[in-house]
Amino acid sequence: MRKTNNIILETAVKVLLFFIALYSVYIFTAGHYYPGGGFIGGLMTAGAIVLLLITYDIKTVTKILPVNYRILTAIGLLFAIGTSAGSLIYDLPFLTHAFGDVHLPLLGELSIHTATLFDLGVYFVVVGVTMTIIQTIGEDE
Amino acid sequence: MIDIMIRLALVFCSISMLGLIYRVIKGPSVADRVIALDAIGVNLVAITALISIVLNSHAFLEIILLIGILAFIGTVAFAKYLEKGVIIERERNH
Repeated sequence: MRKTNNIILETAVKVLLFFIALYSVYIFTAGHYYPGGGFIGGLMTAGAIVLLLITYDIKTVTKILPVNYRILTAIGLLFAIGTSAGSLIYDLPFLTHAFGDVHLPLLGELSIHTATLFDLGVYFVVVGVTMTIIQTIGEDE
Repeated sequence: MIDIMIRLALVFCSISMLGLIYRVIKGPSVADRVIALDAIGVNLVAITALISIVLNSHAFLEIILLIGILAFIGTVAFAKYLEKGVIIERERNH
């Protein structure tokens, strides 16, 4: 039997993957002012990884992205709990968020809201859960 | 004038979607149905763009790119299933 090769798909995905990943990061960061947020951004990132899984195989993708998605889910939940419980230190109710101007070494003056960190937790959980479901079903033969 | 033209374009997009739905239902082979579903996704992009012009908002522009990406991923997954029988392989070269 002749071996099939899908070089058109592989070459197209090499270009498209960066657009999809960039678009998911854009949707995640724009979530405060425009439609979007952690959930749909996480789903788009998972979609990019799924496209990689369809094009290549599980072994190659785990070599490209050596991420344990169950630990990613745990890290996301830790972010959510941490930003929620952080307000207790300042004697404020649970889930009270704060914002302020922070001077970062590379980016300069930034107005940062702690809801972004909560959203980052949602993002990690969505990516982790989606990829766990898809990889668990995909590995089953 | 532009308002009438946009509504006319919406009507034509709807008619072409009806033709594609006929092909999804009737299509003799599975490949016909997959192609028709992909084209329905493209038509959906056009309809979303026209609706966002009618509603005079730019809140749907993300949705357009989203539908395009999702239609592509879905079509690729279906094509791989028809070709190889599995969507996600464990190992490629064996």
